[in-house]
Amino acid sequence: MVTSITSFGRSGLYDWMVQRVTAVVLVAYAVFMIVYLAFGDELTFEQWHALFEGTAMRIFTLLALFSMAAHAWIGLWSVSTDYIKPTGARFLFQSVCGLLTFIYVVWGIQILWGI
Amino acid sequence: MLVSVYRYNPETDDAPYMQDIHIDIPGGKDIMVLDLLQLLKDKDPSMAYRRSCREGVCGSDGMNMNGKNGLACITPLSAVVEKDKLVLRPLPGLPVIRDLVVDMGQFYKQYEKIKPFLINDTPAPAIERLQSPEERAELDGLYECILCACCSTACPSFWWNPDKFVGPSGLLQAYRFLADSRDTATRERLAELDDPFSVFRCHGIMNCVSVCPKGLNPTKAIGKIRNMLLQQAT
Repeated sequence: MVTSITSFGRSGLYDWMVQRVTAVVLVAYAVFMIVYLAFGDELTFEQWHALFEGTAMRIFTLLALFSMAAHAWIGLWSVSTDYIKPTGARFLFQSVCGLLTFIYVVWGIQILWGI
Repeated sequence: MLVSVYRYNPETDDAPYMQDIHIDIPGGKDIMVLDLLQLLKDKDPSMAYRRSCREGVCGSDGMNMNGKNGLACITPLSAVVEKDKLVLRPLPGLPVIRDLVVDMGQFYKQYEKIKPFLINDTPAPAIERLQSPEERAELDGLYECILCACCSTACPSFWWNPDKFVGPSGLLQAYRFLADSRDTATRERLAELDDPFSVFRCHGIMNCVSVCPKGLNPTKAIGKIRNMLLQQAT
């Protein structure tokens, strides 16, 4: 058993499952967006605004936002433990990634509910 | 043909180097790479490599031949030589002791970690612990591993974290005991593996499968360990 206190869930299985579930959410969101933009009528501001005003779309978007945050953290954490060997540099990289992820999530929520 | 061999003697060399040797194969026969090494050693007795059984059973002569890991004794020249050239290097990722001889310490440490022995806390029967033919068949494709390290040293996850990731060979062995009907330590074995490194550093690129000289499939075994962990945890 390898101890790790900086990974997402501290369990390999948990991280692995979160990675898969969030990937499915992100694919669903991406497919929805592509279909909406490619096959809808010409997009107007009102239409785009109305889309994101709906509670269902806000839930879906927030879910995608959280999924992206968790997915990115697990992925970048793995990359950092593979390639950045000095502990200080690795911890710094992980801290920057964590901070950026947190900022993106708060910022995303603000945008989503600021509509 | 031209053979380019990785040479390094820490007592005399500052750094490793590649030695180019031109050699004619007697009778132009399709000999094994190990036989070629013997010809090279006849020319230059200082060359070091490991060998023992010379028939793919002992796992001593794992090395990197034209970029692919394999056992020199069961790899014919026709299978690896390209444009009349062969590049021989030690197994990648492990410390080199001399020339083609690597220090397998890290590899064995991971093997030791998975407790490669049967654990059974029930009273021993008078004669032996029996298995049905079906239970025995579960071990096929697992017990044949000869620990040559060709797979683990072809795995980037093992290169980056040889101290934390068990590696394909160790995990194949781990599943060999998880799958054994006579073993009663399944829960403890799985608990030891459920961290972000031991099993889950495997990203399924299947280098291990492509190089295994015994034709085994560590990636499949790792998938089965993952499924066992999932079943236990969901």
